[in-house]
Amino acid sequence: MKFRHLLQVNAMNWTSFDTWIVIAGSLCALACALPGCFLVLRKMSMMGDAISHAVLPGLAVAFMVTGSRTSSAMFIGAAMGGVVTSVFTQWISKFGNVDRGAAMGIVFTTMFALGLILIVQAADHVDLDPGCVLYGAIELTPLDLVTIGGYQIPRTVIVVGAVMLLNLIVIVAFFKELKLSAFDAPLSDTLGFSSRFLHYLLMTMVAVTTVAAFEAVGSIIVIAMLIVPPATALLLTRRLVLVMLLSALVSILAATLGHVGALTVPRWFGFETTSTSGMMATAAGFLFSLAWLFSPSDGLVARWIGRHRDR
Amino acid sequence: MLMMVSSAMAQEAARDQRALTHSQIEWPSTTDVWEVATLRNYNTRLVVLSTSLLGIAAGLVGSFLLLRKRSLMGDALSHATLPGIGIAFAVMVAAGGTGKSLPGLLIGATISGVLGLLVMLAIRNTTRLRDDVAMGLVLSVFFGAGVAVLGVVQSIPEASAAGLERFIYGKTASVIKTDFYLISGVAAIIVIFSVVLRKEFTLLCFDEGFASSQGWPVLALDVALLGLVTAVTVIGLQTVGLILIIAFLITPPTAARFWTHSLPKMIILSALFGGMSGWLGASISALLARMPAGAVIVLVAGTVFLVSMIFAPERGVLPRWLRHRNLRREVNRQHLLRGAYEILEHEARSSGSDGSVINLPFSRSALLSKRTWSSRELGRILSTERAMGHIEHLDHAMLRLSEAGFGKAARITRNHRLWELYLVTHADIAPSHVDRDADMVEHVLEADLVRQLEEELRARDSWTPVPESPHEIPSPSAG
Repeated sequence: MKFRHLLQVNAMNWTSFDTWIVIAGSLCALACALPGCFLVLRKMSMMGDAISHAVLPGLAVAFMVTGSRTSSAMFIGAAMGGVVTSVFTQWISKFGNVDRGAAMGIVFTTMFALGLILIVQAADHVDLDPGCVLYGAIELTPLDLVTIGGYQIPRTVIVVGAVMLLNLIVIVAFFKELKLSAFDAPLSDTLGFSSRFLHYLLMTMVAVTTVAAFEAVGSIIVIAMLIVPPATALLLTRRLVLVMLLSALVSILAATLGHVGALTVPRWFGFETTSTSGMMATAAGFLFSLAWLFSPSDGLVARWIGRHRDR
Repeated sequence: MLMMVSSAMAQEAARDQRALTHSQIEWPSTTDVWEVATLRNYNTRLVVLSTSLLGIAAGLVGSFLLLRKRSLMGDALSHATLPGIGIAFAVMVAAGGTGKSLPGLLIGATISGVLGLLVMLAIRNTTRLRDDVAMGLVLSVFFGAGVAVLGVVQSIPEASAAGLERFIYGKTASVIKTDFYLISGVAAIIVIFSVVLRKEFTLLCFDEGFASSQGWPVLALDVALLGLVTAVTVIGLQTVGLILIIAFLITPPTAARFWTHSLPKMIILSALFGGMSGWLGASISALLARMPAGAVIVLVAGTVFLVSMIFAPERGVLPRWLRHRNLRREVNRQHLLRGAYEILEHEARSSGSDGSVINLPFSRSALLSKRTWSSRELGRILSTERAMGHIEHLDHAMLRLSEAGFGKAARITRNHRLWELYLVTHADIAPSHVDRDADMVEHVLEADLVRQLEEELRARDSWTPVPESPHEIPSPSAG
């Protein structure tokens, strides 16, 4: 665990390392929160979880075929895993008349099991560790630098930033259509914006984001950031544009708080630092609970006051 | 970590590639298979029995979960147990133990799992957010917190905390005797509870509103069901791991659903499938090297599901498709014969004789214009009808009904007309609309119903062997 040692040295004072980690985390959180808003509105919040587990066999096969761990092969393998999950879930629930949730659960657990076996069978002394997929290695971000225009920028930041931009462009381009099909799919169909096309567009976006992000920062951040910031924003406002802006804000805040928390919180109990990605998810949960309690319109406190004033 | 190893592993990857092609799966000898199948080996016996029991318990509870459309709740629940495991470990170490006691860790898992459930229910009941958001939120935040806690705990010196990882992916081979007693005891309690409460749970699944209006304690039942789910999840953590235990809760009941429409049968089948997956999966994993039991179990369950989904006679995809295709073909053949009969009827009427329908040759193109089928479709239907001896080809363009075919055509047309008349007189459907409505039902009219319709209409003094159509039939050439 080389990177833990590095962190111990740097934990006391904030360095450019920490800044890069926060930037990578924020970009990733943003990249997830944008499509996440539509995922939540379409009642498909669990899709991120399913896809992030189901990429495992794709990774294993990509590794076995190419025999290397180059990012591009892994990316293709994982993306195919994601698309397969989405398509199989659709088929099973459509042709088999199975509840969507159950179909999703069956597909992703089977894929994950297949991935585990492939990894153990083919590469049992190579650490294509399933753990890496889940926790990620955001702490390693500043170690892998690429020079662009004279600046040294972590590769992760570039990858995640590109995905974030891509998501932003797609959402801005299709905003009207996505909005319509999220709220009224039949109307969207009759107006000629196929809600099925938009469904697969969204699924592809989620799959690409998951895959690009898991290597860099771990699936846990992805799953959390797809759901928690939009859910938080939905408690604060009912206008879609505001929901998206707010969830962007929440995601950046959660990433920052998460890293600071990873450095400081364990010290309160006399421990060293802990996993940044885990803490980023926890921080997002913390922000959600704040909105849950204190939202002016929907918060528990506001409701309680409202009830007592009426009496 | 992926990146770190990627640079250092170039040669090693090449070696793996070789290893991959060289190391085939070593197939076990028959004596090995016999030993595992008869549970001779003490360790195998414990593992196989405990996974089978777990499978049975999960199959039972999962059935109710599936019917409540809450399959993924098990997913959220199992992820939510992670922080509890880490904290329980830290607490036990702080109290001076090794932190490895399974019951202690499972108590921690239960507490945080229940906490996750409560948060889920609270989010659903106090906000506008829906079920799936509540599940995803609890899942990711709790799991994230769990990862963070494990990250801390692993720095405790005593922690050969690698032991904690087994709860994520499962480590079936590590089942020891006391674990076995724990698992089988809890599984037995789960089975007893779900059998005793099956009626109440059924009511809860199918009609919650009715249950509460009848005075059943719906909330308490809901909590009881979720409690059972929690119990299954927690005892499954060690053997199959927190990600794959979800499959145990979802896959067997969904597979069982394809085989039957009756709930008791479905529950029994689901328990059977669960137990079987556990048994087979654990046995295979014991026989073959490098086969993690949890994953093999899930794959066995997945195979059972796939076979059920495709082949189950009751609701399987293939039988349903075949039934649908047969019905469609039957309908097409009936349309063909009725079309032919109506052509003959039209000719009989226009020829100005006494109006009785005689079996004359008629042209293929007249038949083609009766309905919207394409020439190729018509050709396919005609060839099956000819094979059944209902239709004879005179030459390329002319056809004739056989004696049997003429009789059948008359009967089919009569059924159609009877049904139309019934709809017009009894169901107040306008004569101009009746054709389509009759079309949808007539092919499934049973002999009993036809007799009844005949009697009805005979009483109304409008009965003839083949009654007149209540609406105008477009002449063949018009189409």
